[in-house]
Amino acid sequence: MASGGEVKLFGMWASPAVRRVEWALKIKGIEYEYIEEDLSNKSTSLLEYNPINKQVPVLLHKGKPIVESLVMIEYIDEVWNHNPILPEDPYERTKARFWATYSEGKCRDAVGKVYFTEGEEKENAIKYLEDIVRVLDEELKGKRFFGGENIGFSDLVLGWMAFWLPVAEEVASFEVLDSEKFPWFASWTDNFLQVPVIKENLPPRDKTVEFFQNYRQQRLAA
Amino acid sequence: MATAAEKEGVVLLDFWVSAFGQRCRIALAEKGVGYEYKEENILSDKSPLLLKMNPVHKKIPVLIHHGKPICESLIIVQYIDEVWSHNPLLPSNPYERAKARFWADFVDKKVAECGTRLWKLKGEAQGEAKKDMIEILKLLEGELGDKKYFGGETFGFVDVALAPFTAWFYTYETCGKFSIEKECPKLAAWAKRCKERETVSKSVHDPHKVHEYVRKLQKKYGVE
Repeated sequence: MASGGEVKLFGMWASPAVRRVEWALKIKGIEYEYIEEDLSNKSTSLLEYNPINKQVPVLLHKGKPIVESLVMIEYIDEVWNHNPILPEDPYERTKARFWATYSEGKCRDAVGKVYFTEGEEKENAIKYLEDIVRVLDEELKGKRFFGGENIGFSDLVLGWMAFWLPVAEEVASFEVLDSEKFPWFASWTDNFLQVPVIKENLPPRDKTVEFFQNYRQQRLAA
Repeated sequence: MATAAEKEGVVLLDFWVSAFGQRCRIALAEKGVGYEYKEENILSDKSPLLLKMNPVHKKIPVLIHHGKPICESLIIVQYIDEVWSHNPLLPSNPYERAKARFWADFVDKKVAECGTRLWKLKGEAQGEAKKDMIEILKLLEGELGDKKYFGGETFGFVDVALAPFTAWFYTYETCGKFSIEKECPKLAAWAKRCKERETVSKSVHDPHKVHEYVRKLQKKYGVE
């Protein structure tokens, strides 16, 4: 187990990208120092460690920064190799990475579109998001998690959808998570949120809804 | 008698000018792996094989190994690196690997998207794209520094990720009216070194052919 001084994580409490790195650290039982960033007033440390994107999360290990949450999780998995997050088999690894990429590309884009559009554009965005969820539902057929019996890389990366998508539904007034239309995806969200490491590491629901309500209003007004 | 390609059981679904497909060709060549190349005409109907092998995105490149598909070029390159582990493309040190993955992801997110804006748009929007492209290339040059390759002395993962885009440099320069050699001399020198590498020169097309292809697309989209 790493001591608190060795590992630091710069984050923001409502950010799903930050949370997924924390899940990975907790799965490995790694002690770390968490530093909350005010994104409207970024610290000089954050800007120094992530000059290119200037974003959270940033992981510091023995003073060296690692940026991009997916890169961070692979790094954590390689340095601390008990409780593996990625599968060992190269072909299975490609599948894990494929769904992680799908999360960060199509899934995020789709949810973003619903959040920040209105009227007919929003209706089309909702239909598109349903198609995305349908793809995930089909992939989960017969499986408890994307990683199989236990959560793995894909689950950690897609995990934001289990918590933050229902938040989005409340904030932007829409419904996509239909357990009749997408039964496997619905089960997966329930099962995922019950995993102790996940359950104990989620932001408070009400505060998160409020945060994204403000964020959405600001963006729509701009 | 089985050919080398058949023995390895490797098929690559690709499109001749695709920089993403070329990453896979370069990686396979670096490892000396024989494979069957299948050209997909992505400008017309997609083949039943492509639709079967990549039902989610319906895009090339797709690597098929012993009948099993792998999609997304950087995922394919990492798979190739893991299965054929001689001449490694990713460094062995986890921190260096994290840096390499970051920069390959940076190329993925920034270069192609900005390049498309550069040839597809006009006026102020194109001016923005030119500014963005120069900034992107300067950041990459900063990472390269005085090294021979992004991988150091050896051609590595980030080199594979970026090398195919060197064939697009002429198109970017022509559309944006700027010189990469002037703006990023070290990157331009790196591009020359890549071209001299057989694995790259055999996988990547002549920049003028790429430009010809882009001109056809510009006509198709009504970009003057």
